[in-house]
Amino acid sequence: MAMLLGKKIGMTQVYDSDGKLLPVTVVQAGPCKVLQVKTNETDGYTAIQMGFSDVKKSRVKKPAEGHAKKAEATSKRFIREWRLAEGAEAPFGLGEDITVSAFSEITYVDVSGTSKGKGFAGVMKRHGFGGFPASHGCKRKHRAPGSISSHASDLGHGGNLKKGKRMGGHMGDVRVTTKNHQLIGIDEERNILVIKGAVAGAAGGYVEIRQSKTKQ
Amino acid sequence: MITELLDSVENKSLKQKLPVFETGDTVDVYCRIKEGDKVRTQIFNGTVIARGGRGINATFTVRRVAGDEGVERIFPLHSPNVLDVRAIRSGKTRRAKLFFLRDRTGKAVKLSQRHSSHTVAR
Repeated sequence: MAMLLGKKIGMTQVYDSDGKLLPVTVVQAGPCKVLQVKTNETDGYTAIQMGFSDVKKSRVKKPAEGHAKKAEATSKRFIREWRLAEGAEAPFGLGEDITVSAFSEITYVDVSGTSKGKGFAGVMKRHGFGGFPASHGCKRKHRAPGSISSHASDLGHGGNLKKGKRMGGHMGDVRVTTKNHQLIGIDEERNILVIKGAVAGAAGGYVEIRQSKTKQ
Repeated sequence: MITELLDSVENKSLKQKLPVFETGDTVDVYCRIKEGDKVRTQIFNGTVIARGGRGINATFTVRRVAGDEGVERIFPLHSPNVLDVRAIRSGKTRRAKLFFLRDRTGKAVKLSQRHSSHTVAR
C-alpha cells in the first residue's frame, strides 16, 4: 500500500504505445513529511499522519508549529492520515519524506478530492430529474420538481415529507473518491503523478492518492 | 509553473521532429494500421486543406476526391499512428483554410503549383 497527498495541476492528453490518446490528470504529489506515527498503544489505532505544502511563515499557528517541530518540519497546509492495519509496522518513520517513488510499482490508484461547489442547485441539475416540457401549455414550472408527496400518504404522521426526499439544495464541495485510475506515469524529478481520467475538484485543489483497494 | 508542469507531461507525447508541410500541399500520409495483430502501413494521398490546434491537439485535414466522392480525413499531427507526412507538391494559396475546395469538382480541385523547397519527390 502507499498513499500521498498532492495538488491537482490540471488535465491534458498523452499517447500510449498503441497510439491511443488518453485523458490524464496531472497531480503534483509530495514530498509529504511524516508528522506523526500513530500506534495502537498511544492512539488506539495505527496510522501515519502526513503533511503537504507549507503554510506561509507569517500565518503559522503556534500549536501547529509545535506539532510540526516534533518531526523537524515546517507546519503544513494539508494534513491527512494514512490508516494502517492494526499493529502493522509503519513503513515510514517520523520526519521522513514520502515521495512519488513510493508509487513506482503501482498501476491503479484511488483519488479523493473536494468536488467543485455548484451552489444552490435545482433538482434537474442536482438529482437528474426530468423537469417539465418547454411548451405545450407548460407554465412557470419548466425545471420544477413536481409533486413532492400527498398529505394523505403521511396521515397520522404529522403531515411531513418522507425523509430523504430529493429536492434542490447545495450541490458540490463534498469529498469525492474516484476509484481505479490507471497510473500512466511518474516523474520523480518534478514530483508528478500522471493519472488516467478525471479527478474531483478544481485545478489547484488538494487531493489524496492511494493505491487502489480493489484493483492491482 | 502550472503550465510548465502540464507541458512536461505533454511534451513526452509530442514528436521531436515534425514533418514539414503547409496548407495547399499535396501530401502522402503514412498511417500505421492495426488489423488484429498485424500492423501495416497505408498511404492516404490528398490535399492539406486545413491545419488546426496547437501542442498535442495539433491536427491537419487532408482532402482527396475518390471516384466522385470527396473524402476528408483529420489526422492528429502527433499521433504515433501517423508515421510520416511527405509533401509531394506545393499548391498556390492565399489563405490558411481551403474549405472552398469542397465546392469545386473536376479539374478545378487542383491548385496551381508553387515551387517550394520542402516538397520531396515520391
